[in-house]
Amino acid sequence: MKRVFAMVMAVVMAAVMFAGCSAGGNNNASNNSGSGDTIKVGLLGPHSGEYAVYGLGVRNGAELYFKKVNEAGGINGKQIELVVYDNKGDDTEAVTAFTRMVDEGVTALVGDVLTGNTLAVVGEANAVNMPMITPSATAAAVTVKEDGTVYSNVFRTCFIDPFQGEKMAAFAAEVLGVKTAAVFAQTGNDYAQGLADAFKAKCAELGVEIVAEEGYAKGDVDYKSQLTNIAAKNPEVVFCPNYYEDDGLIVTQARQVGVTGTFLGGDGWSGVKNYASADVLEGSYYCSGYAPASTDAVKQFEEEFVAAYGKDTLNMFAATAYDAAMIMCAALEKAEETGYAPASEEYKQAVIDAIRTEGPNVKGITSEGGYTFDEYNNPIKDAVIIKVTGGEEVFDRMF
Amino acid sequence: MSKKRFTLPNWAAYLINAALFAAFIIGGNAVLSSGALPSFITKVAMLIGIQVIAAVSLNISTGYLGQLPLGHAGFMAVGAYASAIFMTRTGIPAQLAFPLGIVIGAAVAGLFGVLIGIPALRLKGDYLAIITLGFGEIIRVVLLNIDSVLGFKLTNGAAGLQGIPKTTTFVNAWLMVGLTCFLIHTFMKSRHGRAVLSIRENEIAAESCGINITYYKTLAFSLSAAFAGAAGALYAGYLGILNPSNFGFMKSIEILVMVVLGGMGSMAGSIVAAIVLTAAPEALRAFDDYRMIVYSLLLIATMIFKPSGLLGRYDFSMKRIIEKCVNGELFASFRRGRGKGAEEA
Repeated sequence: MKRVFAMVMAVVMAAVMFAGCSAGGNNNASNNSGSGDTIKVGLLGPHSGEYAVYGLGVRNGAELYFKKVNEAGGINGKQIELVVYDNKGDDTEAVTAFTRMVDEGVTALVGDVLTGNTLAVVGEANAVNMPMITPSATAAAVTVKEDGTVYSNVFRTCFIDPFQGEKMAAFAAEVLGVKTAAVFAQTGNDYAQGLADAFKAKCAELGVEIVAEEGYAKGDVDYKSQLTNIAAKNPEVVFCPNYYEDDGLIVTQARQVGVTGTFLGGDGWSGVKNYASADVLEGSYYCSGYAPASTDAVKQFEEEFVAAYGKDTLNMFAATAYDAAMIMCAALEKAEETGYAPASEEYKQAVIDAIRTEGPNVKGITSEGGYTFDEYNNPIKDAVIIKVTGGEEVFDRMF
Repeated sequence: MSKKRFTLPNWAAYLINAALFAAFIIGGNAVLSSGALPSFITKVAMLIGIQVIAAVSLNISTGYLGQLPLGHAGFMAVGAYASAIFMTRTGIPAQLAFPLGIVIGAAVAGLFGVLIGIPALRLKGDYLAIITLGFGEIIRVVLLNIDSVLGFKLTNGAAGLQGIPKTTTFVNAWLMVGLTCFLIHTFMKSRHGRAVLSIRENEIAAESCGINITYYKTLAFSLSAAFAGAAGALYAGYLGILNPSNFGFMKSIEILVMVVLGGMGSMAGSIVAAIVLTAAPEALRAFDDYRMIVYSLLLIATMIFKPSGLLGRYDFSMKRIIEKCVNGELFASFRRGRGKGAEEA
């Protein structure tokens, strides 16, 4: 009997496999025939698993803008067809999903979301010259190869890691006017180390002395021994470029062991107010790519976003993804003028060229001055300084 | 019945299997490169090859040796990094560096297998599971942090090792699958393989027959690690970027699930399960949000209805099938139940 069950199971599994395959095949066929009147844009990111909040934020933010464009008649009369794939935050799945998008005739990609996944995808994307804007991959290496050449097809709408560290060092020296600083960053974490290194380099340049430098491992919850060392040096500011859960604990414990300096952080601090009391966080600053409720355009975006998707995924990634979609649409509009068919080589090159030329005219919600890309395809835009006060994270200034 | 039972000579069996395998590689490559199928199928086919190697290699220590190691991804990581560092740091052209890289990856992983195996294999069952789990994690954490200890960039830590030449193709991945299966098969058919099997069946009895338990356990364990290293090397050439987080605890579990699902001790089972489980998430994409649930349900249902795995300890043998066809007993065997032995087409 069991043998029969096993056979049945095997058949079912095989059948499911082929069902999936043939569904994919059908898609392909219908897509090819319909590619004349639609433009396909891929949305790739972790929509399930540990990092789903980031991935869904990006998906919803981008989708919101593309839907608006479609409702307004599309681009040059063509509707944008979104091809949305989940990569579960896995490098291997990201590459397969991307290849699948290429098979389905995608013209441009908004994504990937996590830095690691994006690094895995850029090589593939570069090989097929796919225009690609990532709203959230912050590592410098995403747009630059090992040998220093730039991936001409890859752009981003977020900051790179070193940029935030430099900004916060400059903010500490020029706005807060401090002379001593300490650094407390998670070791083995690329994001935290990237920010910390840039902060230290900029501090050296601006004459701020780094009096203490401590680290901790992923998963630690007790930081008191390192923080005691920092407290002994009495720095005026402590740069703590980690993720919000850790930051909340660190600040709380730092106050307990007598660290009096102001805490500074990067965009990983977003949401920290839920992880420490208002008292201990009071007066801390962090930089971010997005200032909630700061301008009318942002407020309008937030309203529309909440109406469509609720509040859960409204975060910085949703905002930068919205901007990425905006730039992509502007570039597609421009590329349409060339008259090439979507997904053709010439069309993709036209989109890439147009991202550079049209970017500065795009008044994004996280960059009112438009998106001008530097030689490494990184946006030149101001950082938003957020101050934590009265238990709330409030917009302080552009810096 | 006095008629002599037909048996296929070994050389003929090897010849037939080699021919079938060559036909599979050539045919598969022709279909995939013809452009008739979407190109992501090629990616999945390569990935399946890599997973098959990982699964059949774990099957040595889980299925044949009867131990439960949980650090297989660690060996994959060692092999992947060893070959990737070799390929990126030496200026040898990729065509030559890649096969060498696989050999180096396998050798280094095998060496780690010996180093870890000697202390770990003194333990049994769940203790062994925990200690290998620990070693697997140690390897991952070392890869993550070694740069700051050494003071120069070796593994690139959390940023990931980039710029690895993408040299893995359908043909070389599946040639490696064939080579792996052939080597494991011949190993298991040799006296060393029999010794390993005897340890699984009864350690004390095996020892009383004069089998050096420690030697054979370590041998099987490091062989398993070496092939995992080869799988890792192919993975490095497939993805072009390596990150220690790709080789976490869950990766080890993923490979173990393949072996258990296919049937511990069945090479054919490991292969079938690796193919199904690697293809399933992609094939189930049509179900979108529900695909992970469907995937899990498939696993649960299989374990409930066939706890010994899809194929149990049954192994596919082309030789046996041909012999049965000639002798007219093909259907008789279905009624009689499972056979034994291992042969890989």
